[in-house]
Amino acid sequence: MSKDSESNKISRRNFLGKAGTGIVGSTILISSIGAADKTGPDLAEAPPIDPKETDILNLWVNGKKQKLKINPSSTLAEVLRNKLNLTGTKIVCNQGACGGCTVVMDNKAVYACHMLALDAAGKKVVTIEGLLEGEELNHLQEAFIEKDGLQCGFCTPGQIMSAYALLLSKPNPNREDIMEAMSGNICRCGAYPNILDSVLLAVQNKN
Amino acid sequence: MSRKIIKSKYDLYEEKIETIAEVPSEKEKPLAPNSKLKYVGKDVNRYDGYDKVSGSAIYTIDKVLPNMVFARVMVSPHPHAKIKSIDVSKALKLKGVLHIITNENTSEIPWYYNTSKLFDKHLRYQGDEVACVAAETEKIAEEALSLIKVEYEIMPHVVTAESAMKENAPKIHNNGNFGRPSEYTRGNFDEGIKQADVTIEDTFTTQVEVHNPTEVHCSVVNWDGGKLTVWDSTQSIFSVRDNVAQSLGLNASDVRVVKKYMGGGFGSKLEAGKYTVMAALLAKKIGRPVKAAMNRREMNLSVGNRPDSNQTITIGTKKDGTFTAMSHIAYGVMGAYPSGSSSYWPLRSIYKCPNIKIDNKSIYINAGRARPFRAPGHVQGTFALESIIDDLALKLGMDPIELRLKNYTEVDQDGDVPYTSKLLKEAYEKGAEEIGWKNRNKIPGSQTGEIKTGIGMASQIWWGGGAPPSYATLKLNSDGSAKIFSGTQDIGTGTYTFMQQIAADVLEIPIDKVNVDLGDTGTMPYSGGSGGSMTAPSVSPAVYDAAIQMKQKLISNAAAILEVDESNLIYSSGNISSKNDSSKSIEIKDVVGKIHERVLVTTGARNENPNGYAINSFGAQFAKVEVDTMTGIVRVKKIVAAHDIGRVLNRKTLENQFYGGVIMGLGYALMENRVIDDYTGKVLTTNLHDYKMPTMQDMPDIKVIIVSEEDNLISPTGVKGIGEPAMIPTPGAIANAVFNAIGVRIKSLPITPDKILEALNSKS
Repeated sequence: MSKDSESNKISRRNFLGKAGTGIVGSTILISSIGAADKTGPDLAEAPPIDPKETDILNLWVNGKKQKLKINPSSTLAEVLRNKLNLTGTKIVCNQGACGGCTVVMDNKAVYACHMLALDAAGKKVVTIEGLLEGEELNHLQEAFIEKDGLQCGFCTPGQIMSAYALLLSKPNPNREDIMEAMSGNICRCGAYPNILDSVLLAVQNKN
Repeated sequence: MSRKIIKSKYDLYEEKIETIAEVPSEKEKPLAPNSKLKYVGKDVNRYDGYDKVSGSAIYTIDKVLPNMVFARVMVSPHPHAKIKSIDVSKALKLKGVLHIITNENTSEIPWYYNTSKLFDKHLRYQGDEVACVAAETEKIAEEALSLIKVEYEIMPHVVTAESAMKENAPKIHNNGNFGRPSEYTRGNFDEGIKQADVTIEDTFTTQVEVHNPTEVHCSVVNWDGGKLTVWDSTQSIFSVRDNVAQSLGLNASDVRVVKKYMGGGFGSKLEAGKYTVMAALLAKKIGRPVKAAMNRREMNLSVGNRPDSNQTITIGTKKDGTFTAMSHIAYGVMGAYPSGSSSYWPLRSIYKCPNIKIDNKSIYINAGRARPFRAPGHVQGTFALESIIDDLALKLGMDPIELRLKNYTEVDQDGDVPYTSKLLKEAYEKGAEEIGWKNRNKIPGSQTGEIKTGIGMASQIWWGGGAPPSYATLKLNSDGSAKIFSGTQDIGTGTYTFMQQIAADVLEIPIDKVNVDLGDTGTMPYSGGSGGSMTAPSVSPAVYDAAIQMKQKLISNAAAILEVDESNLIYSSGNISSKNDSSKSIEIKDVVGKIHERVLVTTGARNENPNGYAINSFGAQFAKVEVDTMTGIVRVKKIVAAHDIGRVLNRKTLENQFYGGVIMGLGYALMENRVIDDYTGKVLTTNLHDYKMPTMQDMPDIKVIIVSEEDNLISPTGVKGIGEPAMIPTPGAIANAVFNAIGVRIKSLPITPDKILEALNSKS
């Protein structure tokens, strides 16, 4: 996976390299615990404000291994935003109808509001924050600035993550491929022509 | 620079808004034409682009404060009911619940112009607020809502204008179901009709459209003793400040409202929400910051919509097409609380006609209250007007553009004064050329084959000239950088960027030296709400004025430093030098560096509007569509938007905003529709699956043509707003193109496939 990512030059992030292979299935993914006093020492920092936070979730987010104590009814979007403070992932429709919460999980775009966080156990999740290297933008993000592929900016992380997933599977998409892949991302401001041009520019810049 | 205080007058619909404002006392030399400027008018990248693409932009919904708790509002499940009792005891026992407010433990806070209260026992729509819970997490608050027991007395509901207008209809308010009517006459309509050779009359209907901005309405509130800070997802920080202060009995100066980034508003975020006041009450009680946010369902129930309309238009004309009389008799639903639903303004203002009769009624129904929505009244009014004008052109055997030009007016029909500028004719010409107007079907519907193409157009009028008061403060630092502060908002429209561009051009410094902070009532000078396409035309002259003053201040300081008379100094590219002695030269950063406080500050103000002129924007949009006569599906292939909007400040963000207006107009024309079940009175479209909005697949090819340059009668920047003009003519142009394709008029929006097929069947 890391090889593919680097050869596609989608990102110069180093976390995928560090993540290596063989993560899936190699760790304890989920374990239920009955009460707060059974919590391991590594979870002690969070006060048990929600008594329903009973489950442990292990996953990789932006190259970092995370072990989180969560309410099993939490969606992936809620965990990313509320547990990891990765607020770049936006919740818009909260039912998988608009793409605002799109993140990339094991190289595929998913609606983070539409899946339980526990279903991401053991998976590798990339959010908009994961595209940056330090403060440096990924070329796809730069293309969105250059082509003004946004207005209010609220759907933008989801748009960029959809495009990112597309480029992972299809590094040289044409106009129709992009329109198809991005049609699950609603932009209420209607910046679609520029969003399309942003992705086309990113493809062009990479080649 | 001298100042004066004026009574600023501004027209918006029937309202003659008057406010006291400080303005420059003399007319300023205008900003140079775009051709002579380095940044203004160019494709400058968005100032806030990095934050938005990196995910680091913090919107109100993302705001987290230490020790913050969450509030969720319980809303009425019934369209019309009275609360008999509320029992919160079980909810309060849920671990993590901190406090619950209802009508039983909250003082009466008037709401909706005193027709209701923050918590009203009389619930007038599905979505009216019943209780508000604060809890440690959003999930706990949500769970607590389900544990609140409310006993309702269910009352008969009414959810359509037609049934609400009946005499025996259930009354939503004590004085009935009719709001304030909009009536207007000019000349004598009956006499005008008598003079007509040809008359046409028809009725058009439009649906309720919901704003559905991506970021839900939300606030984060925090008390410091008696002072309240509100982070709000708003288009108007000062309105929220005043609304919240009034509701809580605070001084406005004790409320600070902050908005940096906001995920869309489109008119739905111009006022304070009940949730904001509830959050403040809860925060006060609990002693911790509170975040209150709606969910998508509530967004589709409670925070505004574009009212529907039923418009009957009559036009009388001479044989040559000269209008002799026009009338607009209409009604529309404003929801359960006072708002407006009139749609007559385009008919009243855009064409020359001496005899006008208008009667528009706004009707209460048991549904969420209407709010302003991107060109309130104008989008629906333009659809109806421009549809019937095309029908009239056909009846008269005239080209639709020729008929419009026949009734073209160079003076404002209301005030009988000239426009500061009107280039609608030019918009017709350039738009027609770009779309290939001459290739349209001379006989509508005459194409053979299953897929029929059509071309249509519609015109647009709006205000959007801006007005004082609007201020901007500019600081120049000793490193040569500048910073702008203004209590306006960037709602995705590029305010940050054009302010940066103007200051950089006036001060002749690199654009990356200019920073901008907007959206804080606590620290920034006043500017108005971002509605009515008012922001750029109001605030661009203020930042221009601040920069002009700064330049003068720098020259005066340089004169003292260099010991050269001011009149002998030249300002060029951030350098001030003596005309006569080249050794006497100083960079502006060194001027500031030599001043004791190491910073120079100026505050600029928007000029007063000229007397004796009307300020309006104009435009025409042209649509090319394909109609599949087997499926009824309409595909918009191309939209040409040709507009007179004064000076272009930023070509890139301007085009983007036009794309957005056109695409939103396309959604309104073809798919968006709030549906209420008449029997249960409940909204069926409360999510983004059922409420259809355009996606990238619906996007037409859009060509933006700007026919205007700076209009310096308005202001030294010569700008008119574009947010609303971009959407106004789109549905009308699409409807006319559909008619041109199939030869049957669809008189009701949205133009869905079933309506197309039904129309085609009725034709054959």
